[in-house]
Amino acid sequence: MNAMRRSSRWLIGSAGIAFTTVFFLVPFAFIFTMAAKDVNEASMLNFSWPAHFQLLENIVAVFQAHDYMLIIAFINSSILTLASVTLLVLLGSMIAFVLDRRKSRLNPLINTLVLAGLIIPPAVVPTIWVMQSVGIFKTMGGLILIEVAFGLSFTVLTMRAFIASIPREIDEAAIVDGAGPLRLFFQVIFPLLRSVVVTIVVVQSISVFNDFQNPLYFLPGDANATVQLTLFNFQSQYNTSYNLLFTNILVITIPMLVMYILFQRQIVAGMTSGAVKG
Amino acid sequence: MSLKPITPDDAPSSPSPMRPPRASARHVDATYPLWFHLPGGIIFLVLFLVPTVLSFYFAFTRWTLFKATFIGFDNFALFFAEPGLIGSLKNTLVYGFLTSGLKVVLGMLLAVVLSSPIIARGYLRSVTFFPVLVSTVGVGLTFQVLLDPFHGMVNQVLSGITGRDGPGWLTDPNIALLSVVAIDVWKGIGLATLIYIAGIAAIPAEYFEAARVDGANSWQVFRRIILPLSFPATSTVIILSLIGGLRSFDLIWTTTQGGPGFASDVIASVIYKQYQAGFYGLSTAGNVILFIVVTVIVYPLSRWLNSKETVL
Repeated sequence: MNAMRRSSRWLIGSAGIAFTTVFFLVPFAFIFTMAAKDVNEASMLNFSWPAHFQLLENIVAVFQAHDYMLIIAFINSSILTLASVTLLVLLGSMIAFVLDRRKSRLNPLINTLVLAGLIIPPAVVPTIWVMQSVGIFKTMGGLILIEVAFGLSFTVLTMRAFIASIPREIDEAAIVDGAGPLRLFFQVIFPLLRSVVVTIVVVQSISVFNDFQNPLYFLPGDANATVQLTLFNFQSQYNTSYNLLFTNILVITIPMLVMYILFQRQIVAGMTSGAVKG
Repeated sequence: MSLKPITPDDAPSSPSPMRPPRASARHVDATYPLWFHLPGGIIFLVLFLVPTVLSFYFAFTRWTLFKATFIGFDNFALFFAEPGLIGSLKNTLVYGFLTSGLKVVLGMLLAVVLSSPIIARGYLRSVTFFPVLVSTVGVGLTFQVLLDPFHGMVNQVLSGITGRDGPGWLTDPNIALLSVVAIDVWKGIGLATLIYIAGIAAIPAEYFEAARVDGANSWQVFRRIILPLSFPATSTVIILSLIGGLRSFDLIWTTTQGGPGFASDVIASVIYKQYQAGFYGLSTAGNVILFIVVTVIVYPLSRWLNSKETVL
């Protein structure tokens, strides 16, 4: 019985390894080998170990291409991700805090709006029109605010669930000690939100850094390119230079892989928050 | 030894006579000020809510961004008359329901396997999750190469096995949309699996104990315990992937650009194409149609799923 169970563990495990290797690992290996080939070899589109392994040369070439456009794009994407995620955490937690703690007549309305923000697809051209009227269309600041507006619902929902688990006695103790609302929130409550903040930071960073649609619509132009848009420009410029295209894919995926390795647990917590009803 | 001046923070935490320890209504108001909603709320209002409301006006206009002429239902009439446009509505529904259904079934299956005590479990979980981290554009371009009709790896393997040429996955109008669906499932399955793993892990161990005592086989455990009790996970996967699938743009744009012809156009790609062509009114009408499609499907469905969850 025991031996049977052990052998079935091995059997299912091996089958799983074979399956995931073919379906998931091979495409990644393909990206990697393509990124290390020279132009001619890559253009055959074969899955093979490169005859001339030149990954480093390709990485240098990718960064130099288009007048160092990828470096500009990395700077742009970093500013965009850093600023919008910071704002999301700050503004989202403030809303979630008051929404959870105070029974206001506004709450049903706010809850509806949070839901609407999750479901409704943003109206593209009217958004451009509004941004133009306010004077923030085609600006980095405008795109940052767009990411905040579109990501706020998820942030508020996740944070609110977490804040609800913080006992109100902590608030009362702080109030009794003479803390005002700002002190209470930023010095007492906010430090307690650490784990959910990490979750939001990681999940939203992945979504903003990998975003393609919003930069495409709201921040067009080569000088403003984010990393995802460089991928597109590369495709047309290097119609036959598949090696550089895949080097570019590899280079812009690495930050997210590093993030996953560092924060695996928080990513899992954030992305599965809806699955378990307490 | 240093002497610090006594500031209010250092004062002992006994309630001072000025502040009643029990929170009164006015006290709550002061402690949790409503203006905390304002900074985020204004951004949300200006950049999301106002455009959404405005779209219901601009969809009925011929619009140049500077001047909008009211033309009634013309944009919608055009949308429903033009085969290329109305086809995108059908494709959107096919895309949304197929990706959602496949993610539920395959995600559940993978999660059951990855929740059982097998070898290399952590490795397998990581590998299935990797595609979630890669940008949609990166995935789309990679599969464009892998699915190349002549030199792509998929068809080379296929013709090696069957001896015949494989299909033009992304260039044959009959299967282009389905190929993009498959790529979408490949990319998103890791998230669905993750959600199911969390859902299965949350099932109390007593149920499995009881099943073991009663001598249930693995199929019965799956059918009678895992399937019904992981329902919250199922409803999360359905709703998340439906919202994502119906609104999907990035993947379609990077793999087929809606082509060949209009074969794989969805509403989101029509919105972009009409925007590029300068038909802002028509593009916004597409937005309104997408709004209605998503809301009409997702809102009642999520309410229904929620009501079933509370019954459980």
